[in-house]
Amino acid sequence: MKYETVIGLEVHSELKTESKIFCGCSTKFGSEQNTNVCPVCLGLPGVLPVINEKVVEFAVRAGLALNCRILPFSKFDRKNYYYPDLPKNYQTSQYDLPIAVNGYLDIEVNGKTKRIGITRVHMEEDAGKLVHSGTISNSEYALVDYNRTGVPLIEIVSEPDLRSPEEAKAYLEKLKAILQYIDVSDCKMEEGSLRCDANISLRPVGTDRFGTKAELKNLNSFRAVQRGLEYEVERQTQVLSEGGRVIQETRLWDENKGVTLSMRSKEQAHDYRYFPEPELVPIVVDPAWVESVRASLPELPDARKARLMADYGLSAYDAETITVSRAMADYFDATVTAGADAKAAANWLMGDVSKHLNAANMSIESCPVTPGQLAGLIALIAKGTISGKIAKTVFEGMWSSGKDAETIVKEQGLVQISDEGAIVAIVDSVIAANPQSVADFKAGKEKAIGYLVGQVMKQSKGRANPELVNKLLKERLALV
Amino acid sequence: MELFKYTVHALHDMLIKKEVSAVELAKAVFARTDAVEPKIHSYITETREQALAQAAAVDAKIARGERIASLAGIPGALKDNICTKGVKTTCASKILANFVPPYDATVVDKLAAQDAVITGKANCDEFAMGGSTENSGFFVTRNPWDTDRVPGGSSGGSASSVAAGQAIWALGSDTGGSIRQPAAYCGLVGLKPTYGRVSRYGLVAYASSLDQIGPITRDVTDCAIVLNAIAGHDAKDSTSINAPVPDYTQALVNDVKGLKIGLPKEYFGAGIQPEVADAIKQAVNRFSAMGAEVREVSLPHTQYALPAYYLIAPAEASSNLARYDGVGFGHRAAGSDIIDMYKKTRSEGFGDEVKRRIMLGTYALSSGYYDAYYLKALKVRTLVKQDFDQAFAEVDVLITPTAPTTAFKIGELSDPLAMYLQDICTIPINLAGLPGVSLPCGFAHGLPVGMQIIGKPLAEATIIQAAYAFEQANDYHTRFAPLGEV
Ligand SMILES: [Zn+2]
Repeated sequence: MKYETVIGLEVHSELKTESKIFCGCSTKFGSEQNTNVCPVCLGLPGVLPVINEKVVEFAVRAGLALNCRILPFSKFDRKNYYYPDLPKNYQTSQYDLPIAVNGYLDIEVNGKTKRIGITRVHMEEDAGKLVHSGTISNSEYALVDYNRTGVPLIEIVSEPDLRSPEEAKAYLEKLKAILQYIDVSDCKMEEGSLRCDANISLRPVGTDRFGTKAELKNLNSFRAVQRGLEYEVERQTQVLSEGGRVIQETRLWDENKGVTLSMRSKEQAHDYRYFPEPELVPIVVDPAWVESVRASLPELPDARKARLMADYGLSAYDAETITVSRAMADYFDATVTAGADAKAAANWLMGDVSKHLNAANMSIESCPVTPGQLAGLIALIAKGTISGKIAKTVFEGMWSSGKDAETIVKEQGLVQISDEGAIVAIVDSVIAANPQSVADFKAGKEKAIGYLVGQVMKQSKGRANPELVNKLLKERLALV
Repeated sequence: MELFKYTVHALHDMLIKKEVSAVELAKAVFARTDAVEPKIHSYITETREQALAQAAAVDAKIARGERIASLAGIPGALKDNICTKGVKTTCASKILANFVPPYDATVVDKLAAQDAVITGKANCDEFAMGGSTENSGFFVTRNPWDTDRVPGGSSGGSASSVAAGQAIWALGSDTGGSIRQPAAYCGLVGLKPTYGRVSRYGLVAYASSLDQIGPITRDVTDCAIVLNAIAGHDAKDSTSINAPVPDYTQALVNDVKGLKIGLPKEYFGAGIQPEVADAIKQAVNRFSAMGAEVREVSLPHTQYALPAYYLIAPAEASSNLARYDGVGFGHRAAGSDIIDMYKKTRSEGFGDEVKRRIMLGTYALSSGYYDAYYLKALKVRTLVKQDFDQAFAEVDVLITPTAPTTAFKIGELSDPLAMYLQDICTIPINLAGLPGVSLPCGFAHGLPVGMQIIGKPLAEATIIQAAYAFEQANDYHTRFAPLGEV
């Protein structure tokens, strides 16, 4: 029997507000342990939460960017469970009336666009962090860091519309791009500001009933999402094809072993005993305000991609690559605004710029070459001042020194030689020094000319205009 | 001169006329406490040193000729579930026996702004759960009118401290009647404000949607003065009402002509002690004689209020009290692992009544039972509110007994259900979020009887005016508890 994979994702994203969701404490990542805390986020007796209005605004932004309907009346609920990093032993979250519902986002897989439904977007508070003295199973004690307690989160729940691990990854990438575009989250998976759980089940192709699902947790990177889901597809396929039944359970992805493992059943049997949070009044949003938030949304990835294709004639692939991150797309736009040819700018971004960033493990935001500087480099190539090959050297210099292309070209004397007289002199000396190659060329070995061109370029330290070299070499060889 | 027997307003006049100093007054109250505390047990923690410093500061102001606030220099007690910075706040629970909050409740800030003198933290039922102050995790408080009897609960220590002259006024908290019922048992005035009128920030939560802080005083004038001091919007409490606070002393007008009083027939049925019913009837006749219009009204869902309360309040409590787990603060028991530590901490730390309500609430919220219990209780709550809305379309205030009986003997109500019935007249008012005041309206066998006057939302001034007019027509509020043979 052939099986179809059904995947739904639950994504938690930390909002980048200055302060926490129910108190004024800082949300800064990496602060010394238990320094960003107060009686409210510690849940001390007698304290009360007060909603940070910025959180509601960010959640509404996210909801709108994901094409959701914003509920005019929503509320907070308590999700009750015991855990030492949860100071009140309940999490204030949203249950039956979340801030945003019924949205979608479009993904592209194998050149085809697919619409994935968004069930809901809701707000909640984050918990703290346990620091075990050893491994979880053998530590003698654990310490609690409450800095993260009360950091605002939104949870974005997708419909079970995803049909492969590849689609799940594309969905997550698009979601990340959107959240970054609207500037509500850093979406750093390595810092935990974007976290993903997945529900995955299999069903015989052609049926529309869902199979028994497993919930997959601990997917801490895009790679983990794809690999974890691929493993589950294989595991569940095997269980089903051997006539077994998939058990509904929570499974952990073990990155090192490359397998998913069942969590103990004790931890699965949760009854969260949700009920309306009596210490916060319901959230009533003014439709006019929602519209003003909508109006303030920036151009989103899909629109931006379409614009790059229409305005600059970029290919779908190039436009997609550039718009995956807002910072990259902004860099591209700035480079073009500074006068660079769009296609050249795109090539540089996807080529040398990305290569250098990756090698240095840096993001485009911290690129030492500014868009204006890159535009300057591209202009020098267009004017014929330097060759494309020299430009790579110049770029190296710009990266390491922060200087403009023009300065580096001047300092290192890299201006292209386009003076025919000067080139002819080099060409003639190369012809004289390489009689064997000349003979080969005469004997019909076309390849030999390549060697001679290389020699001319070498002697000119790469500065000779390659077109002129080719032209002059052919002219002079004809005379020999 | 027995300074401890005076009211807030009388003492204020004496202070500004320099007939007495704030330090003298504080010392008089402490001396009285020394004399009666061994019999009454009002306080969990006394804060005498701090109180003397506060009093001295007030005396300095008076000496400089500065104007002082109405509560300045007047000693008052706080129920021990109101957080005080640097001073133990135990909620009368072993689990918080050593908890010292690093912050003040908003009401405490407001009292400090008035230069009030705080005598200490008064005993109560553990986490404000109970109707007698017998459920304190530490000791039982006694009624100054008869030390074999309970002072009422859960703000029993607050009420007894005022009734016994160990404080001139006090703050309590009222979730289902915990200010009004002990005020009634101790012959005092106790007011539960409209939900949201007084900030709950720093009040250790029992049932967040019902809890409200309010004054316990010797007369209605003092009640208005203390309410003035603590009412108002607080940005730290989302549920606090953002409406202007009137000067409640302006409502101290001896006039009820034309006031429409409703008597809800459901509050005068079986279970009400005949002496209590008689005292209320006489009080109502008094109102008629003063020109008020009295009519019978009906609040048909009253009988469902008590069961609804005993689902909603424990449900919220089960969640509110989940934080007492030994991890961050408070008592921690040794355990073999985290779950074991939780279990032992909570088993040792909580008393029976608290455990009973946590279990009730946990059950009521459990999946499969939520719709049948908690959700149904919320629907009843809405119906109870609607009853009041309809009644208030016809009348200005409602009058009922505060409690079905006068103070009962310690140990007399060992059945929890019998105890729960003591709040039957007060609970619906919390469910509806309305203001209600209890004031003495007579005596039965030497014990005070309380009358409850209920108002529309934010109509504290109306019920204060009605209470004041009644108070002017009798002398119940001037009688002082005998304290047995003390
Ligand atoms: Zn905080």
